[in-house]
Amino acid sequence: MTTQTMDRPGEINARPVRHPGRWVAVAIIAIVAAMMISSLVTNPKWDFGYAFQIMQQSSVINGLWMGTILGTVGSMILGVVLGVILAVMRLSDNFVLRGVAFVYTWFFRAMPRYVLLAIMASGVGYLYNKFDIGVPFGQQIAKSLGLSSDLTFFQFNWNDYSSTVWIGILGLGLSEAAYMAEIARAGILSVDKGQAEAAQALGMSPGMTMTRIVLPQAMRVIVPPTGNETIAMVKDTSLFIAANVITELYYQSTLFGSKAFKIMPGFVAATLWYLIVCSILMVGQSYLEKYYGRGFGAPTGKKRKKAEQKIIAAGADH
Amino acid sequence: MSTPTLRTGEPLVHAVNVSKSFHDNHVLRGIDLDVYPGQVVVLLGPSGSGKTTFIRCINQLETIDGGRIFVDGELMGYADKGGVLHRLKDKEIAAQRRDIGMVFQRFNLFPHKTVLENVMEAPIKVKGENRKVVEERAIALLGRVGLADKPAAYPGQLSGGQQQRVAIARALAMQPKLMLFDEPTSALDPELVGEVLAVMRELAASGMTMIVVTHEMGFAKEVSDHVVFMDGGVVVEEGHPNDVIGNPQHERTKLFLRRVLAEDESG
Ligand SMILES: Nc1ncnc2c1ncn2[C@@H]1O[C@H](COP(=O)(O)OP(=O)(O)O)[C@@H](O)[C@H]1O
Ligand SMILES: [Mg+2]
Repeated sequence: MTTQTMDRPGEINARPVRHPGRWVAVAIIAIVAAMMISSLVTNPKWDFGYAFQIMQQSSVINGLWMGTILGTVGSMILGVVLGVILAVMRLSDNFVLRGVAFVYTWFFRAMPRYVLLAIMASGVGYLYNKFDIGVPFGQQIAKSLGLSSDLTFFQFNWNDYSSTVWIGILGLGLSEAAYMAEIARAGILSVDKGQAEAAQALGMSPGMTMTRIVLPQAMRVIVPPTGNETIAMVKDTSLFIAANVITELYYQSTLFGSKAFKIMPGFVAATLWYLIVCSILMVGQSYLEKYYGRGFGAPTGKKRKKAEQKIIAAGADH
Repeated sequence: MSTPTLRTGEPLVHAVNVSKSFHDNHVLRGIDLDVYPGQVVVLLGPSGSGKTTFIRCINQLETIDGGRIFVDGELMGYADKGGVLHRLKDKEIAAQRRDIGMVFQRFNLFPHKTVLENVMEAPIKVKGENRKVVEERAIALLGRVGLADKPAAYPGQLSGGQQQRVAIARALAMQPKLMLFDEPTSALDPELVGEVLAVMRELAASGMTMIVVTHEMGFAKEVSDHVVFMDGGVVVEEGHPNDVIGNPQHERTKLFLRRVLAEDESG
């Protein structure tokens, strides 16, 4: 160690770089914000008091729980389960399974959710009023053999379910599965092949290897985009009206607003509820990410980054 | 030729004329190998000679195209029904692997499970053993590999040498009859090699049957009963370590040993 001498350079006391552009941007934002606030407080048509009243209506709350939230949870469960199955099929050695999964993903990614919901509600019921669950081609076989029974065990009427939340869940869930399949596939591929080999060397069957070793590790890559999908799904339940499902937040809030000729408070009530629900989900997502990241330290693996980029690319075309 | 030390009863591993291709790359060209209970066999050979592929064939991580592999008298991967071979189902192959432990070059511990969970996973989930019994055994095994103080650590928090010792404990928890090691020390920093080899020496001394792919000549000379030198998918030379390593007969063996020993001295 040398001691400080006069001719050695000392502490740096430089002038910072100036950013005049930033100050211009701040000024513009401040002006726009002031205009918006001024509109909110001076235009009586906003009528926030009425918006808060709408938010608390029992029909709106019921729509929130039984339409928006139940619809989101239901279609995400269906979407995740079916999506993981499709992903495993896509990665299977069997070309029929691979082909089926590919065609499914292709069809449902190309299908707009609004159109899909309309078809689910009206189109299917138009084609087949009743569904007979039994032996395939049972009625034809029974007829040709002259049997009295037609080999039908169970019958249900599609129209009993159209315009209920279950049709909405089915439609959005089928669509979601196509996106979840891509996410789950990228997640499974992000797990090192040595993991499955180690599990197999210990005597685990392929199914156990997948569920106990590969999928839990794939979760680290699957959870963040699934959180985004869930948040997107909350918003997509507002499409339920395409399937004549009216027990749903957006429809009920705006209905209440338009009945009183207060359209904007109706929109505001729906918006505030969406903001609240989505904010809660975002907090929940960050906890889940921590849980599935255990044992990995900082989640900055090269593999994970790559997989995430793939997922973002796959999900970008919603 | 000296006589191998232990040759009692039936061989535990009986491989006959094993061949294997990856597309048009003929990797194994008729390998014969017998390993008797309690023997430690070291596989030597240059990179790409098929050592990894061969030991992966033993526990069916690779399927073979020709020949037969028997472990403990049981044909691996197939059922022989009146001379016609039928491929076994995935579940049946999984059952055959339970008695064979494998240790990988890159450890392959389960990163989302703690050290203890890694060791306990297979006996509980695969064999359906009682959790209490397995836990006691797992803790004893961690003590045996010198990691009694690390049951709650995640693999990512351990050094390579510690991870490999956990991997050995994990394989032993299934109480295998046979242990396969594929270059267990090649991915380790030099100062960590010794701790893993010490565990393997102790395991050999306890009577475990082991097939070890390694370039550690000291280990081969001191611990093994039988050394097999492979090149180009065939066994070039085999026998007692004093003969194969101390007095090799074939030009290819001599060349390989000169190279490995030169590396050892420089390293
Ligand atoms: N999964 C695989 N697919 C194609 N070729 C492979 C595969 N595994 C090994 N090989 C090839 O087989 C040969 C032997 O490899 P390997 O058994 O790993 O040799 P060693 O362990 O002796 O270095 C090499 O030429 C290698 O490229
Ligand atoms: Mg190798």
